[in-house]
Amino acid sequence: MIDLSLVSDGGIGWLDGSGPQSHLVLSTRVRLARNLAGHPFPIRSTESDREAILSEVEDAAAAIGSLRGSASLRLDRLGRTDRQLLHERHLVSKELAAPDADFPPKTGSAVLLQGHLGTMVNEEDHLRLQGLFSGLALEAAWAGVGTLDAELGQRLAFAFHPEFGYLTSCPTNVGTGLRASVLIHLPGLVLTKEINKVLQSLVQVGLTFRGLYGEGSEVVGNFFQLSNQTTLGKSENELLDHLGKIVRQVIGYEEQAREVLLRDAPGVIEDKVWRAYGLLRYARAVSFEEAMNLLSGVRLGVGLGLIPDVAVYTLNKLLVFTQPAHLSAMAGVDLAEDELPTRRADYVRRTLDEEAGRRP
Amino acid sequence: MKCEACGERDSVVSLTQVVEGEARTVGLCERCAAEKGIQTAASVEQTPLGGFLSALWKTAEPGSPAELSPAGKCPGCGASFADFRDSGRLGCAECYRVFEPALRVLLRRYHGSTHHHGRRHVSPGTPTEGSTDDLTAGLRQQLRLAIEAENFELAAQLRDRLKELA
Repeated sequence: MIDLSLVSDGGIGWLDGSGPQSHLVLSTRVRLARNLAGHPFPIRSTESDREAILSEVEDAAAAIGSLRGSASLRLDRLGRTDRQLLHERHLVSKELAAPDADFPPKTGSAVLLQGHLGTMVNEEDHLRLQGLFSGLALEAAWAGVGTLDAELGQRLAFAFHPEFGYLTSCPTNVGTGLRASVLIHLPGLVLTKEINKVLQSLVQVGLTFRGLYGEGSEVVGNFFQLSNQTTLGKSENELLDHLGKIVRQVIGYEEQAREVLLRDAPGVIEDKVWRAYGLLRYARAVSFEEAMNLLSGVRLGVGLGLIPDVAVYTLNKLLVFTQPAHLSAMAGVDLAEDELPTRRADYVRRTLDEEAGRRP
Repeated sequence: MKCEACGERDSVVSLTQVVEGEARTVGLCERCAAEKGIQTAASVEQTPLGGFLSALWKTAEPGSPAELSPAGKCPGCGASFADFRDSGRLGCAECYRVFEPALRVLLRRYHGSTHHHGRRHVSPGTPTEGSTDDLTAGLRQQLRLAIEAENFELAAQLRDRLKELA
């Protein structure tokens, strides 16, 4: 199994719920797509291109402050469960983790990690610099990732076009190469059926939404990833300011929706959140999707002040550690599909017993 | 259920539209959905740009088909424009020069602009201070946030890094 003790906080410092608005916003991610000049993009690269790119990046990383002492994990040398674990922690994309047994990771696929910052290597682009922070923290995430970019840019020649900006394999990322995403929990808007209106208006103002795991993933547990759609024509700060402004509006709508729920249907809501909590506390088998939905209910209950003594940190931890590769890692063996629901239920009960208070 | 647009194929997508304040849901087959520019799971899988690219080529301005389907291959990586249309990914930086007219149209449609307004890369070794400015600004911003968060250990490290640069 992978030794994540090499990575500070196991790469999940963002789980601690210490960031601004962390009762609603789980995490903020900023990523920058970069490619090295003089090498074909990964879709056309050979094994030796990929090895050369990884070694150039590792040399540069060793010399800069942002990645001093970073861990370098090669996906092409890790087993499937370990790769899946990194993906479940949001440290690598599904594409890099390559969880499908028929399409193993390509040579030179790697991730360098140090604290909140890191970079994927040989993903869709040569480099995907990334920062993952607790709560709504666009400014902190940009400060970290922007510094990492400036430091690497002093040592690596990036593919840059005077008019188009940073060149990327997919033209939807060209220009700044910046994608900022905020992972937000919106059960109030879902329950009041206002969510479609909100999501439609996001698209109209140039933002996009996805599920828990980014591109192509489904929305589960009322978690939405809101991010900028375009990357060219606006500066990094303009893109971030716009996203931040809209996210704060969405937070306002969610808070209003929760007030409406408490005012118009307090009994229904109270019953709903306590039922979710009861199931998590006592159920003996829970699917991942059910766990996500129940955790969403409990999170709403905590946010409304109905369920005391469950920390946001505990809920965040349950969200990550109830996933298949995490359950396997804790068991020390690769668990079969049909073992997962009982293992998941066991882990949830144990964690809530240890970390949550009992009903007063 | 049959597609409500063509009435022939099975409906696989349900599209909810709000028209004058009223929500209306229609079932569509994959082809009719794609024609309306809606991404389905299958179309997204085929190409990362999904419906966007196919819609772009369908609605190309009159008189520009040749421009939007450039012939020839990129001398940098050997990719043709058809390769890009299939995969949604360009093969190398040189592709941007070789297929520039077509990409310019695509960039304008997708991003609403072709001009980058963000930070500018200065190649290592070029005698200019451009990238150092970005670095110093980033470190100062991190330092301020670290002090605000009372993370004095991090603040001290950042101060040292700023001193190294000065």
